[in-house]
Formats: sequence, C-alpha cells, structure tokens
Amino acid sequence: MAFSSEFFSPGTWRLSLRMLGRDWRAGELRVLLIAVIIAVACVTSVGFFTDRIQQALNHQSGELLGADLRVVADHPLSAQVRNIAASYDLRSAETRSFRSMVQAGDGENAPGQSRLAEIKAVGPGYPLRGALKIAPTRFAKDHVTQDLPKPGEVWVGPQLLQQLDSNVGDSLQLGYLSLRITAVLTYEPDRSGDMFSIAPRLLINLDDVPASGLIQEGSHVHYRYLVAGEPGAIADYRQALTSHLQRGENIEGAEDARPEVRFALQRAQQFLGLAAVVAVMLACVAIAMAARRYAQRHLDTCAMLRCFGASQRRINHIFLLQLVALSLVAGPLGIVGGFLAQEGLVMLLGQLMIAELPAPSWTPVWVGLLVAMGGVLGFALPPVLQLRDVPALRVLRRVAVQSAITWRLQPATILAYFIGFIMLVLLVIYQAGDVVLGGILLSGLLLATVLLWAAATLLTWGLKYFLQYFLKHFSQSKSSAWHLGLANLTRNRRASTLQVMAFGVGLMVLLLLTIVRGDLLQGWAKGMPEDAPNRFVINIQTQQVAEVRNFFVQKDMADVELFPMVRGRLTAINGVSVSEQRYEDTRARGLAAREFNLSWADRLQVGNTIVQGNWWGDGSKTTNGFPYEFSVEEGIAKTLGLALGDQLTYEIAGESFTATVTSLRSVHWDNFRANFFVLTPPGVLEAYPASYITSFFLPAAKSGTLNELVNAFPNLTVIDLTAIMDQVKLIIERVSMAVEFVFLFTLAAGLLVMSAAIQSTLDVRLHENAVLRALGARRRRLWQSLAVEFFSLGALAGLLAAFFASVLGFVIADQVLEMDYLFNPWLWVLGLLGGGIGVGLAGIIGTRQVVNSPPLAVLRKL
Amino acid sequence: MNDSVNQPILLVEGLGKTVANHANHKQTLAEDVLIILHDIDLCIQRGDSVAIVGPSGSGKSTLLGLIAGLDVPTCGTIHLDGKNILQLNEDERAALRGEKIGFVFQSFQLLPSFTALENVMLPLELQENTTTYAQARQQAAQLLARVGLSEREHHYPGQLSGGEQQRVAIARAFVSKPSLLFADEPTGNLDTHTGQQVIDFMFELNREQGTTLVLVTHDHVLANRCARVLELQDGQFCSSAKTAKVEQG
Repeated sequence: MAFSSEFFSPGTWRLSLRMLGRDWRAGELRVLLIAVIIAVACVTSVGFFTDRIQQALNHQSGELLGADLRVVADHPLSAQVRNIAASYDLRSAETRSFRSMVQAGDGENAPGQSRLAEIKAVGPGYPLRGALKIAPTRFAKDHVTQDLPKPGEVWVGPQLLQQLDSNVGDSLQLGYLSLRITAVLTYEPDRSGDMFSIAPRLLINLDDVPASGLIQEGSHVHYRYLVAGEPGAIADYRQALTSHLQRGENIEGAEDARPEVRFALQRAQQFLGLAAVVAVMLACVAIAMAARRYAQRHLDTCAMLRCFGASQRRINHIFLLQLVALSLVAGPLGIVGGFLAQEGLVMLLGQLMIAELPAPSWTPVWVGLLVAMGGVLGFALPPVLQLRDVPALRVLRRVAVQSAITWRLQPATILAYFIGFIMLVLLVIYQAGDVVLGGILLSGLLLATVLLWAAATLLTWGLKYFLQYFLKHFSQSKSSAWHLGLANLTRNRRASTLQVMAFGVGLMVLLLLTIVRGDLLQGWAKGMPEDAPNRFVINIQTQQVAEVRNFFVQKDMADVELFPMVRGRLTAINGVSVSEQRYEDTRARGLAAREFNLSWADRLQVGNTIVQGNWWGDGSKTTNGFPYEFSVEEGIAKTLGLALGDQLTYEIAGESFTATVTSLRSVHWDNFRANFFVLTPPGVLEAYPASYITSFFLPAAKSGTLNELVNAFPNLTVIDLTAIMDQVKLIIERVSMAVEFVFLFTLAAGLLVMSAAIQSTLDVRLHENAVLRALGARRRRLWQSLAVEFFSLGALAGLLAAFFASVLGFVIADQVLEMDYLFNPWLWVLGLLGGGIGVGLAGIIGTRQVVNSPPLAVLRKL
Repeated sequence: MNDSVNQPILLVEGLGKTVANHANHKQTLAEDVLIILHDIDLCIQRGDSVAIVGPSGSGKSTLLGLIAGLDVPTCGTIHLDGKNILQLNEDERAALRGEKIGFVFQSFQLLPSFTALENVMLPLELQENTTTYAQARQQAAQLLARVGLSEREHHYPGQLSGGEQQRVAIARAFVSKPSLLFADEPTGNLDTHTGQQVIDFMFELNREQGTTLVLVTHDHVLANRCARVLELQDGQFCSSAKTAKVEQG
C-alpha cells in the first residue's frame, strides 16, 4: 500500500480518528480492542516475569557464585591461575570444600553427637560478591557480616547445630582441630543448589585447614579460586586462563550459576510461553472475526465516502489509521494489564526462584507493542482493506451490489497477512525460546487449521443430510423449531463452518484448560510420586553389603536395593586419549576431567529405558573384539559424542579397563533413585574396589530407623532429601498454578473468539428474525430455533474440540514434557454435551436482542 | 472559459446498460441478457432542472447511477462538465464526484455514527486541500441553519425524524457547492407535508447556488417543479415527453 500525501493530511487523520471515536462509542470496536489487549497482556505478563528472573540471574549471578568468575579444581590450583589474575588487577579469594565427620564436644574428653558435614574453608576477601549472614544464636534474627570465622573458630549451619545438639559457644572436633562455635551461619551467597550440597554446612578459616589434617593426598576436595573486577578484565582473564587450564580445572562464569533455577525457569518459560502463544493465536482469530464484522458494518459508510469523492487509497488510509490508532491504544493498555498480571506470576513463582527481583526491562514492552501492531495489521487489516472495493453504487442499490463485493486478495492484503504471519512466527520463537519447539507449534497450528476447516466442513455437510433424513422420518411438522434451527445452520454452510471452527477452537482451549491440563499436570507430578526415595545412603563398604541388606530386611524394607559404585576416570575413546581440550562444551570438559561412578546391574532399573542397542543378553551385538560391554546414559553419550560400538577406556584403581558401548539408555533423573551414567553387566567390575549406594523412601514415622542404621554402621553417610524434594514439589505446584494463571488469558481469548463468532452472524439474524416476527412468528418458536441452532453448532464444535484437544494433549505430553499421555474418554462426553449446552446458552444470551428487539426498530435500522 | 460555460454540463449519447440474467447465468445465450437502458441521449445545460420520471423498473435509478459516475454503462458516452467520465478510472470519477456532484438519496444515507453537523461537513473534509476544518465547520453550520436545523447540529441521525434527516442530507449535498445535484426519490420516504418542506429547501438552495438539478421521482407534482421532465419507459425515453411537462394527475 503506497502512502500518498492524503495519508499525512490532517483531514484524513481527523476523519479517521473521528470515525474511530464514533465506532468505539457505538460498541463496534469492543471485541477488537479486547482481543488486542488480551494478546498483549498475556505476552507481556509472561515476558515481564521471565525477563525479571532472567535479569536477576544475570545481575545477581555474581552473587550466586560469590564472585564474577571462579576456577574450580579437584587439586590445588596452579600458581598460574593466581599470577594471571594478579596481572589483570582482579580481586581474589580462595575456598576449599570437602566432607568430613564432625563431632560435638571437646574431643575424647566429652564426646558428643557426630555427623557428616560439608566443610568450607574460606580465605581473606571471601565472598567477593554478596555477603554472608550469621545469627548470634540458633533462633535469633540473622544479619549481614563482612567478617569471617577467625582461626580456631567455626560457624555452623542451623541444621547441623541441631543435629549435633550444640549451641554457639560450644566446641566441636574437626579432624585434629578443636574449634569454638562463634556464630550460626544462615546464608552463603555461593551455596549451590545441587542435590548433594544439602549436607549440613560448616564454615572455617582457611588457615585452620592444614592443622586439621583432613586434607591428604587423594582426599576429595574442591579447590575454588574466586575473582572479581571490571567485566572487561574478567573476560580477558577468562580468555587468558582458558589455554592454561590443567586437567581437572574448570572455569565457572555467571551463566553457570544456579543451574537448577535456570532449568526450572526454562521449563516454566516454555510452559508459560506455550500458554501465551495459544492465547495470542486465539486473540488473533478473534481480531480477524471482529474485523470482518467491522468491515461488513462499514460497507455503507465506505459507499458513502466513495460517493462523495473519497479515493480507494483514501479509504484504505482512513481505516489503516483507525487500526494503527486502535493498536496504539490497546497496546499500552495491554502492557499495563500484563505488568499487573505479572505481579501475580511473581507471587506464585518469583519468590520461589530468587528472593529479590529487579525491575523488568523494556523488552516485553516492545514485544507487546509488536504484538498489538502485528495482530491488528496482520489480522484486522486484511478484511478492512477490502472495504476499498465497495462500489459507490451501493448507495443506490444496496441489495444488487451486496453480492458484488468480492473479498478478493489484493497485494496490500497479502502483505498484511504476511505481516501477521511473520509476527506470529517471531512471537512463537520468542515465547518457545526454541526454534524447533516454535516450528512444531506453528506447523501444528497450520495443520490444525486445515484439519479443523476440513472437519467442520464435513460435519456441517453431514448435518444437512441428517436434517433431511430427520425431517423425513421423525418431524411431524415442517415448521417445527428444529426445522427452522437446523435449516438456518445448513442454509449458509460457509458461515456455519466458520462458526463451528471458531466455537471448536474456543471449546478446545476450554477442554485443554480443564481436562487435558489436569491430566498433563498429574502426569508431570507423577515424576515425583509420594513414595519417591527421600534418603540416600552412601559409603557402604563391600564387606558391609550383606549386613546392611540384612538390616533392611529386619526393618521390613526388603526391597531396598544396594548399588555398587566403582570410581573411574575416562581416559580414552576408541583408543584416542581423552583430554578436556578436545571439547568445546563446558559440561563435556567437566565430564572428561572428573571421575565417574561406574556400576553394574543385571537388569534395567526403574526409570531407565534402552533407546539404542540392546541390554545384556538381548539380541546380537558387536563388541569389536572386546569382551566387555557398557551401557551409557544417552545424555552423557551425546555430550561426549559417544555412539554404539565405541570403545571406552577407564582408569580404575590405577588399571585400564576397556569395554564397548552396546546400548544407550534414557534415564529419568528426577525420580531420585540411584542412577549411573555407565553400567556394565555383573561379573566385570567386581574385582575393583567398590562402595555401595542406596536410596529409599522412609516415612516420617520411621525416621528412628536411620539412627539405628548409623549406630550399627558408623561409617555410613545418610543424606536426607526431604528438604530438596519438598522444594521440587513446591516448584511443580507453583509452576502449575502459574500455568493455570496464564491460561486464564487463553480462556479469555477463547471466550472472545466464541463471542466474535456469535456476533459475526448477529446482523443477519436480527434481520431475518425481525422479518419472521413481522410475519407472525412467535418469540417462543424463535427462541427454540436459536437454541437448536446453537446447540447443534456447539455439539459439532465440541466433537472437533475433543478430538483436537486429545491430539494436542498427546503432542504436548510426548514432545514437550516427554511423558506418556492417557486419552481421557470424558473429553468426548464433555466436548459434545458441554459444547452443545455451553454454546447453546451463550448463543441464546448473545443473540437475545434478535428475539427481544421490536421488529420495526430492527427493520428500520437495516 | 466561455467554452466551458456554454457547453452542456451533462451530455449523454447512446447510453446503454445490460446485465446477465442471473437466473440463467450458466448459459450465455443472447436472450439471457437483460436490457435495463437502451440508446439514451440526454443533454442538460447549466442551471437547468430536470426530472426523470417513470414506473418502477423503468431504469431511472440505473440512469442516475450511470450519469453520476457511480456505475459504468455497457455502451455510450457520458460527458460531465466536458469530461468523458468513462475514460476516468474509479478514483478519478470519485474525485470528480467530490468536486462537482452533490447527492440526495431516498434513504438519506447519513452516517449513523456522525452528528448532523459532522455529516454535513463530510464532503468538505474529503476535499481537505481547499477547506480548513474551521471553515468546513462554519459552512456546515450555516447550511444546517439554512434548512432550519441549528438546534439539531449535535444530534445523531437516529435522533432525527425522517424529514430532518433529509434536510441534513440536503445541507450535505449543497455544502460543497456542487455544479450538479442528483436527487434519487428525495421524498420517497416522507409524508406529503414533510416532503413538500424538504423539496422547498432543495429548490431554494438550488436557486441560490445556481446548481443544475437532476431529479428522479415517481411524484409528478415534484417533477413538475422542474424546468424539464423526461419519462423513462422500459429503459428508453418516451419521445413525446422529452421536453413537455407531464400533466399533473
């Protein structure tokens, strides 16, 4: 559409805005405006929320690391790490963490409780970002401190303090050291959220470490070197250091902080984004339907304008300006709505992820405006643009030219549709955060539209024949309400098909929101069953296995399984030695550097599925001459670039061990069972030194069992997962509430589509019913025929909706959530009956003026 | 300049309009073509007032639509103020209408969401290059006063009676000072008394502005107020009626 000087003339603007104002007052624009507001509000609410969390993660991740960057190693750090940092003028600090038993009391003189604890020894300057919080006693209010425990002092986490039955002022024994508890440690900025760091925490001064005698050759210690400084210097340092990193040394940047929050956010973002996209798509359908009606109702106005000399281009400009003005009003309103709504999301999810959220950035505002503009230009403009084709002759011969208005595609219309399509594509990719998922969604939408159209056409066509059959065999009177209602439906099949589609989409959203959503969330939560293991026991020695098993049998826990663990380092793949430098990916570098826990099993554990190759003894396999087999978890195989038939060499207890990968497994990690990256069949690794691990569910009532276990086997370490599992359950619960919350927008958009569908035929109905009433039809009969018509429409739409909701539910379950989906028969019952009754009622209410308005008033108006 | 003043404002030669008979639109036989107008010649001078009369279906409104440039004929030529309007495209015809033509319709055709004043301003606003908003407003208000509707300026069409609506339509038709005014059954929706009032206003303004008036009507009394009366029958002018006034009654 070219813009001539007419576009910029005040006359065009004045006329356009005046018409917009009048139309608004006449209620012509309500559905259009609300649809745009819903689309924008929904996108921006999710946008504002995820933006704030993302920003918090990025801004505060320094704090989450306790530094801007840290180097982590499983051995004392080389001097180069420090020297390079010094050359970039960076602040630095060091920490070491390891696990050890601590004992309350003053050594042998007054022994008390002992527990395994996570010990962190910190040097001057720690933490470089964020601050520690301590409390003077266990239940006192905590405060920020710049101090560190002095040599000879220890700060203890409240949980450990309770377990040790100690208090501030008491002593505790750590290795050869006797330390005095001087504060309760309530907060460390860099305490990572991974599962095993849940062990109770203890903070000591770095200078005390040598005297404790706890760090010996071979001890499992994390050495961390923390740096902070100008972002440029940090980046330079990172780059300079990368080539000097030794085996077992890793760099962790801000983006690596809080992986569990990032994962939860990603999942929440995808879920919420999905809901938002569905709402926007529905809103666009509502926009298109409302705009079509708007265009229909402006045929006379356009004919008049043409009659008085307005050019076709001018007509386009007038309506284009109206729509732009509309989107400029609706956009900001939607953004304000979205901002208010995101507060709801923050209440549900924000606190869960990060305590203090920064103010949102402007990005969601721009996205909101893009949606407003794109939605209006892409979906409202095409029908409105066709108003330019209204012939001026319509002012003289309205009926004669009614059919002459061809809704043909002009280049400008095609451009407008293209804008709408591009807007949707961009939005889907933005919301899904993933091109593949976005592609699936978009192609699903296109396919669904085509299928929906085909199914709706088929159904309305079938209805025609049903009607003929019904009237022939069952109807006593040809003038029954059934006849009138069904005839209405079949007479204008194109309009009926459109309505079935619109109602179908609306109902599908409702079904997705109620039945399918419930099924999906239930399925998702099943990943966390009530009896999911809540305790891990590690360090079980080979010679203790029989006794420990016996212990569990005596405690009626015979099903507790013990899994062997053999530590080994991957040294070669297909004979080529493995080095960290070989991998770009940080995770791959980490995996290549650290020791794995290998295990053996004769059968697949719960939550494990073979995805490639065969389990021991199943089918034929090539082991390339090596007699031993490995089953590798598919995620790690992908990260390290492993495939079936590869030979992996591990260094175990100083010896090389090579085997061939004969199967890849998918592992359901979040089931809290002991799972392993690499497995062998039994009888292969038994010769190597191993320890055993187990996980089991222990009801709160039986917690005493643990004390008995620890008393019987003092070397065992018990890890309590209850806290972290509660946290995960809370996350799932809150995320589902947040999804429901965003689905409210989808629901509103769905209802709007239905309302637009009812409105789309309102004018024709008004006219026809006014004539019928003028000819003597009784209101009761008209009510009945409307009810029959809308009930039938609703029932047809309900069938369609049930079908598509099932398909969508399956796709979401299979592709997004990666779980099984059970088809729910209630979907069909509810679709058919709920659709019929719901749409029947909504239709009657929405078109009540058809029956209630005095016929003369209607006929005069038209 | 003199040429343009002396030449007829409207010259129609050999005008014809046919449409395919929709009942049998699948066949293309010659007899399935419906002839609405056939070989119409018409010459109207500036300041003239012409009434076109005829029974329903005689082609009056079709003729009006054609000579006003709202539709295109099947054959023939139409010169409006010296311009062959059939050589103009739809937008150029629209511009010509905006500049030279005013309309009054049987069904008033006021924009329902515009006030009386805004409806009258509309033609001026569409030619915004020549008139400012304030001028448009002033001229529209003056014309509304002229047709006795000063008090009703801010009323919407739905709040006005039929006669008042038609007076607004007349004010709108004259506000752009058209050279030619087409009126299609202007009293068709009004009672005799109201119709009379409306017509009085129309003829008064026509006289004041020196506008050429082409009127399509059933009403012979109204037709007789025009200088010439042309009678259409079956798509053709009756030769006897071309210049004579139709006898009343």
